[in-house]
Amino acid sequence: MSRAIDSTAARLRQVPPALDVERLRAEFPILKQKVHGKPLVYLDNAATTQKPQSVIDVLGRYYGEINSNIHRGIHTLSQRATHDYEEARAKVQRFISAHSSKEIVFVRGTTEAINLVAQSYARPRLRSGDDIIISEMEHHSNIVPWQLLCEQTGAILKVIPINDAGELIIEEYKNLLGDRTKIVNIAHVSNALGTINPIKAIIEIAHAHNVPVLVDGAQGVPHLRVDVQDLDCDFYAFSGHKLFGPTGVGVLFGKAALLDAMPPYQGGGDMIKAVTFKKTIYNDLPYKFEAGTPHIAGVIALGTAIDYVSGIGLDAIATHEHDLLDYAINAATEIPGLRLIGTARQKTSIFSFVMDGIHPHDLGTVLDNEGVAIRTGHHCAMPVMEHFGVPATARASFALYNTRREIDYLIAGIKKACQVLM
Amino acid sequence: MLDITDLYQDIIVDHNRSPRNFGKLENATRVAEGYNPLCGDRLTIYLNLNSGNIKDVRFEGSGCAISVASASLMTEHLQGKTIEEAETIFENFHTLLTKDHVQANMAVLGKLAALSGVKEYPVRVKCATLCWHTLRSALEGKETAVSTE
Repeated sequence: MSRAIDSTAARLRQVPPALDVERLRAEFPILKQKVHGKPLVYLDNAATTQKPQSVIDVLGRYYGEINSNIHRGIHTLSQRATHDYEEARAKVQRFISAHSSKEIVFVRGTTEAINLVAQSYARPRLRSGDDIIISEMEHHSNIVPWQLLCEQTGAILKVIPINDAGELIIEEYKNLLGDRTKIVNIAHVSNALGTINPIKAIIEIAHAHNVPVLVDGAQGVPHLRVDVQDLDCDFYAFSGHKLFGPTGVGVLFGKAALLDAMPPYQGGGDMIKAVTFKKTIYNDLPYKFEAGTPHIAGVIALGTAIDYVSGIGLDAIATHEHDLLDYAINAATEIPGLRLIGTARQKTSIFSFVMDGIHPHDLGTVLDNEGVAIRTGHHCAMPVMEHFGVPATARASFALYNTRREIDYLIAGIKKACQVLM
Repeated sequence: MLDITDLYQDIIVDHNRSPRNFGKLENATRVAEGYNPLCGDRLTIYLNLNSGNIKDVRFEGSGCAISVASASLMTEHLQGKTIEEAETIFENFHTLLTKDHVQANMAVLGKLAALSGVKEYPVRVKCATLCWHTLRSALEGKETAVSTE
C-alpha cells in the first residue's frame, strides 16, 4: 500500500507544473491582434515563433543604450556590448550543456551553420567516392549544402529512408555506413513530420565507425532539452527565431578539437590575430568563425530568449505542447477525409495533414480568413512530400502560448473549408 | 472583412470538382507544361491550332481549387477563339486580378469574371494565372516548362 502511494508521489513529482498560458500569452504583444476581424490564432510556430516582450525590449534597449562594436573598442559602450554579447554565448553554452563557450559559434541561422560545417569541416576531408549520409526527412537546408559539396568533391550522397509513420529506418542507416562515410547529418526533429529522431543512438552508431555527426537542431531546441555532451554530437546547429529569439541569428556548436582543426569559413575582421600581406594569423575559437561585425543585438536578444524559455522550463513546455497535439489528433478524428502525415511514436507538436478533395493552399486561405495561421506547402522538405505521395501538406505547429481553444478554432476552420470547397 | 465565398464562388467549386476539358488531347499540335514550385501545382496544356485558331484546348494536372478551376474555365472560354483573342482575354484577365485603377473589359471575360475574388488574395494570383502562362508558352511553341518562380 505504502509502495503504491510512494510511486504515485514519485510520478506526481515528475509531472512539471502546468503552464499559466494566459499569463504567458500576455507577454506576446503580437498575439493580441486581429486578422481579418478575427483573433489571431498563430499555429505556424515551426516556421518561426513569436517574440515575448522581454526579447523585443532587449533589441530596443541595445540600440537605444548600448549600440557599439564589439571586441575592439576601448570605450565604455563597446565594453558593455562585448560583455552582453559574450554573456549570451555563456547562456547558449549552459542551455545546451556545452563543455566550453569556445564551442559556441554565432552564425546567421541553422542554414549557415550547416554550410559552415560542409565547407570548412567536410570539404577538405572529402575525396571523390567518399560518402555523406543524410536522411529522407531532412529540410532542404540539410540536403542542398551536401549536394553542393558532392558536386565540388565527387563525394556521394546517401540517404537513410523513412517508414510510412515518418520514422528513420535504423537498419538501413547501419547498412549505409561504411569505410568511406565521412560525415552523418541528421535532423533532431523533422520540420514536416514532427518526428523526434533517436539521435543519441544514431551518433553512437556513427562513432563506432569513427564518423562524426552533425545534428540539425532547428526544430529540436524549441521543444527538447538538449545536452550536447550527453548526446556526444560533434556539431549541433539551431536558429534563434524558432526559439522566441530574433531572425538572422543562430548557433553552431562544435567540439573544440574539431573546430580547432578547421580552416575559417569566411575571412574578415574579428577572426584574425594579425594580418600582414605575407601571412595572417587566425584568431582563437570561437572568433575564428565569426568574421565581420555580427548581429550583436540579435545575439544578445537570443540570450534573453533562452532566459525566457529556461525560466518556463522545457519539460513544462513539452508537456503542454503534447497535450495540444493529443487534443488536435483526437479532434481530427471527427473530420472525414483528414489524413495525418507523420505518425511517429516520438513526436513534437507538429500536426501535418492532408484532406481528401481539398488542396492545402485552399485550406490555408480559408483558415487565414478565419484568423488561423498555418503553413501549407512542401515545408522545404520535398523528398518527404514525395515519400507520402502528396504535393503539399497543411501543417499546424504548436508552441507554449497556444491553447486548446485555438485548436477548436483550427478544427472549426477545417470544417468550414469542407463546407465552402466540397 | 473578406467573405471567403467571394473567392470560392459556386462556379469555381464546381469547376474544381468537375474540371471541363480535362485529359490529354490526342491530336494536339502544341503542348506546354507549367509548374508552380511554391505550391507544387503542375499542369499540361494541350492545344490544337489551325491557321491562328484554337480548334481545341485541354489540360491535365493537379493543383489547388483556384488553379484547377481557372484552367477549366480557360479551356472552356477559349474554344474556337483566335490567338489574338486569347491574348486579349489574358491581358484583361490579368488586369482583373492585379490592377487597382484599370478596368478590365468584362465583355471579353465571360465566366472568367468568377475569378475576380482572387484579387483580394495576392498570394493566390499565381494559382489563377499558371494556366494562362502555360497557354502562352504553348502558343509560342516553347519547349521548356514555364514556372511561376
